[in-house]
Amino acid sequence: MTTPVVPQKKSRGNDTFPVSDLVPDKALIMSGFGINSEMETQEALLRAGMGSDIVHINDLIDGRTELGQYRLLVFPGGFSYGDDTGAGNAFANRVRNNIWEDVEEFLAGDNLVLGICNGFQILANLGLVPAFGGRFTRDIALVPNRKGVLECRFVTLKPAADNLWTKGIERLFCPVAHGEGNFSCSPDTFSRLGEQEMIAFTYCRDDLSPANGEYPCNPNGSTGDIAGITSEDGKVLGIMPHPERAMEFVNLYDWPLRKEQMKRNKVPIPIESLNMQLFRNIADYFR
Amino acid sequence: MASCVHRIEVRYRNDPRKKTRTDRVRSLGFPIDELQLIDVYTITTGTRIFSAAELDQIGSQLVNPVVQEYSPDVPFLADFDHAIEVGFLPGVTDNVGSTARQTIGDFFPGVEGVAVYSSQLFFVCGKLSRELLRELVSNLANPLVNRVHVKTRLEYGTSGMDREVPRVRLHELPTAGVVDLNLDDRELSRIGKEGIEDQTTHQRRGPLALDLGQLHAIRNYFGKKGRNPTDVELESLAQTWSEHCKHTIFASAMDDDLPDGLYKTYIQAATNAIRKEKGEKDICLTVFTDNSGAIIFDDHYLVTHKVETHNSPSALDPFGGALTGIVGVNRDTIGFGLGAKPCINVYGYCVGDPESDPVLFRGRHKTNQILSPRRILDGVVHGVGVGGNCSGIPTPQGWVYFNDRYVGKPLVFAGTVGIMPREIAGRKLYEKKAEPGDLIVVAGGRVGKDGIHGATFSSEALDPGSPVTAVQIGDPITQKKLSDVIVKEARDLGLYRSITDNGAGGISCSVAEMAKECNGCRVTLDLVPLKYPGMAPWEIWISESQERMTLAIPPEKIDAFMDLVGRREVEATVIGEFSDSGRCIVGFHGDVVMDIELAFLHDGAPKKHLTTRYTKTVYPEPVSSCPDCLGATLLAMLKRKNICSKEFISVQYDHTVQGGHVLGPVQGRGRVQAMATLTKVVPGSDKGVGLSQGMFPSYSEIDPYRMAAAGIDTAIRGLIALGIPLEAIALLDNFCWCSSDDPDRLGQLKRAAKGCYDTATAFKTPFISGKDSMYNDFSGYDADNHPVKVSVPPTLLISSIGVHDDVTKSVSIDAKIEGDLVYVVGTTQEELGGSEYFAYLGGVGNVVPDLDPALVMARYQRVTDAIRRDLVASACPVTIGGLGVTLSRVAIAGHLGMALLIHTRLRLDYFLFSESLGRFVVTVSPDNQEAFEQVLDDDAVLLGRVTGNQLRISAGDIRIEIPVSELENAYKAPFKEY
Repeated sequence: MTTPVVPQKKSRGNDTFPVSDLVPDKALIMSGFGINSEMETQEALLRAGMGSDIVHINDLIDGRTELGQYRLLVFPGGFSYGDDTGAGNAFANRVRNNIWEDVEEFLAGDNLVLGICNGFQILANLGLVPAFGGRFTRDIALVPNRKGVLECRFVTLKPAADNLWTKGIERLFCPVAHGEGNFSCSPDTFSRLGEQEMIAFTYCRDDLSPANGEYPCNPNGSTGDIAGITSEDGKVLGIMPHPERAMEFVNLYDWPLRKEQMKRNKVPIPIESLNMQLFRNIADYFR
Repeated sequence: MASCVHRIEVRYRNDPRKKTRTDRVRSLGFPIDELQLIDVYTITTGTRIFSAAELDQIGSQLVNPVVQEYSPDVPFLADFDHAIEVGFLPGVTDNVGSTARQTIGDFFPGVEGVAVYSSQLFFVCGKLSRELLRELVSNLANPLVNRVHVKTRLEYGTSGMDREVPRVRLHELPTAGVVDLNLDDRELSRIGKEGIEDQTTHQRRGPLALDLGQLHAIRNYFGKKGRNPTDVELESLAQTWSEHCKHTIFASAMDDDLPDGLYKTYIQAATNAIRKEKGEKDICLTVFTDNSGAIIFDDHYLVTHKVETHNSPSALDPFGGALTGIVGVNRDTIGFGLGAKPCINVYGYCVGDPESDPVLFRGRHKTNQILSPRRILDGVVHGVGVGGNCSGIPTPQGWVYFNDRYVGKPLVFAGTVGIMPREIAGRKLYEKKAEPGDLIVVAGGRVGKDGIHGATFSSEALDPGSPVTAVQIGDPITQKKLSDVIVKEARDLGLYRSITDNGAGGISCSVAEMAKECNGCRVTLDLVPLKYPGMAPWEIWISESQERMTLAIPPEKIDAFMDLVGRREVEATVIGEFSDSGRCIVGFHGDVVMDIELAFLHDGAPKKHLTTRYTKTVYPEPVSSCPDCLGATLLAMLKRKNICSKEFISVQYDHTVQGGHVLGPVQGRGRVQAMATLTKVVPGSDKGVGLSQGMFPSYSEIDPYRMAAAGIDTAIRGLIALGIPLEAIALLDNFCWCSSDDPDRLGQLKRAAKGCYDTATAFKTPFISGKDSMYNDFSGYDADNHPVKVSVPPTLLISSIGVHDDVTKSVSIDAKIEGDLVYVVGTTQEELGGSEYFAYLGGVGNVVPDLDPALVMARYQRVTDAIRRDLVASACPVTIGGLGVTLSRVAIAGHLGMALLIHTRLRLDYFLFSESLGRFVVTVSPDNQEAFEQVLDDDAVLLGRVTGNQLRISAGDIRIEIPVSELENAYKAPFKEY
């Protein structure tokens, strides 16, 4: 039941939350057309030590902002184009039809790409994950949840691979909020993802045993309980749940109970949640 | 032309939703084997056809090839019995179609005039009778917004469905007409009731809702000018003077004792008195005057709140009505001050029992049947969800209330909390003023015939080529783009001086309202961007097309503003100029079609004097003895639809976006729905916004005064239980009344309003915003053609908002740890009039819970102190269903049992289910017993302990023992399959 949380001390004057020293490199957080989680994503990266600019995709298309100035490209959560023509599909078309060369060039460099929820759906439609052999074809799909409606609830995730994104993470405990997060791919692709350790996170039970496809621990029916995968070269991560929405202890679903337990056990109440480790790993990559 | 129409069909090779979809339709009583779904894109171009290769390129962008396939210009073939295609009627917003059009436009920038229309094609496998098929169609489509085409497998053949293009065709000549008001009173009132007669078709345009007195005032005004009004002027006056905009019932003098009317005497005066008394501790910043009310959040930020209703549209088109309700109230946030950011949505639905199927018709001879309560519930739940989810606004807070008197007219409450800095660079963002010479700019969606005379409905007026006028479908993404560019960019660049939302009455109301800030305006209707040509000037002026804001932009800022919004693909157009002429002047095709003094437009309506009457109704008291098996009664109470879990709504509403989730809609290991939620709205701040509400329609007919007091107490108590102190709480009122021309209904209204005044001033909790909807009546026919009127019970929703100083000290509702002590705070009286328990017994009763504000205020202060000192492990307000239900909820939420000993003089069932106000169930660590009891004093009564996995209650020789799992099953059973 208990999710471990890293206790943190308050610091920096009025600011409640510790902010690590900023790395010199910056992130570009994509916005526009219904993307909606750009601000909390920016906040999470900042607390982890990485500054960012929120950039409307049209400013990239117009050339007002150069993707090349950045080291991390984030497609945050949201409902781009209202999920019309398939979640993430219309935004992916917008990217592919307008700024594809910039994105390819960015991927060729020593840079990272993160897609959360709708961002993962965009990555899947762009073929940035799994990108076997460096080819950007669509090999996976995030199809409508098995229950057929949007599902918003906290889920427990377990890292299924050891990579730059999952370093030091035992578990994540954060919300899903999507209507189309049901991970689908061919059996061939599925075994390749496993063999090449590209499955980054899986849905699991409180005790970290596999969800085995069972609702609600696996909230959408995803094949192999897959919640997030990386690209073959490991530089792109797509993940359905939202660690940026539960940065703090008080954001966690079960914090009131755990606070009571900690109080009685005379354990200090933490401020930050374990989910921040994902963002610290990203910032650390650029240290 | 036909050769320029393409049709691309898209389907999943293995549809993951098929089972759910099929099961759902089967659960509605259709014996089908399978329901397959195909998405259809009908593509037209103005110039040339697409080649097969180009269609492949388009098709591949409309699918994910891993799981989907497409078929251009060739229908999918399959085994089925019937094919049902559901598209939109001409002119109805088609979001999927417009997204597909942008994708195709990006890929083929050279091809002109591309239009895309989306539709859904259902393959029904299973033998259905003609009657059942018709019913299935009416479940899949709403005739108000959808076009439907049905084929049998034989008719479908190999050529599939027809290529239908729902283009809008208009025949009217767009000119302004003059309306002769020099008529006898009978003809004059016909204009008021049925609308202006169209000069070409001789049809009436739909009600103006102007009464004879108002029409006389208009005739006199124009008589002095020596002319008749134009249709634009008359329609505009009707909008501005409508109950919806001017709240005439709340504004009118009432009886001999309320010369200033209900609003000024009971609502505004309460707030004024409280603010004055609180002095420096006043939490209000803007009350009643702006689109939302605002209170102080901290030194830097303010929070706004506004709750609206969208009842009539939701009766006709539940999905569209609820969706436009929520995105509409989002605009009341964006249109507050210079633009607040929507940060929390709230909802509330009053509907009929979804398991009932009342047979009622709007028309005679079984025409125009009302939608079933189940369809209305499904539609409104979905509509508000789509609105919030697509806009990235969390929707943690809400409720559903069932009563058969809502079958004809459901009530759909939608509210939004906004967050905004109080100042940027010395500019107070909560103040705004248009200046003469500022340009009038409309930004957002285009104007169509949607929502003209929004509340009116006439099936005869709908022919296949005519656009839908009664209802709108919202487009959250268009509004999201608009909202983002306003509150995240343009506001902080100082590009405009004033802003307001376009809601009821469209630009006729928004422009005229802003014109008050500078005393005049001039608008050229030819400049207003339209969805399609051929609209008459009066239609452009009053259309309620969605997703539009009106701004006042100084001429020197217009280029920067236009450049910015252009880059965000938000359409904005200058349609005129603010002035100080004292007039509202509107031009069209070079003619002046409206020229009215603002003073007359806003204040020219004749004052009314309403008379009221109040007769107390006495209901028989239910005759029963205390049930032998109270455990079974408790389980039955937990299964009551007004008490049981509606978690299926909470989980389909994103309540975590924006990252501020603290105490959400469901709490504890047992996932019980809470009455109040707490959300962080400023990153890095320890503060949070608490929201709750209270509403007791079942008390209204018995005692409207106590009903209002109960609503206020419950709304406040929800926040007290989170740990928010009384002095940090503000209120909103939403009166949804019925038959408001009936003196008896007005008598109830007057008593309820007096209850609001007395209770709010006693608690010193100010009203910051309110809205009323006075005619929630359904008039129609039963299957035998007998006239039927169904009126909602007088319904008052009190919403509460409060700022929590330190969310880490907030308290959830679930019992937490074995061995904790269980207290009830507050006293239980025999107050079961209008209670859910009496409803369960089939009665009403007369003793509605009474409130002693002075007594409970002291108690609330103690509860606040105890929470602040970290002495409380859980706190849950006792509301509908009483103590028995609340104890069960606390136990279920914690997945923990309780052993309780009750001493009471009341009959035990009355003790367990009385709805006495001012009470909480609280659990406390044994370590804190002494300190807690010291703080709470006599207010807290120790009932027992949290222990084991059963709820055990002993009272005298009565014992109740139920496993918590059984309580949980009962609590969650009714909506398990939703």
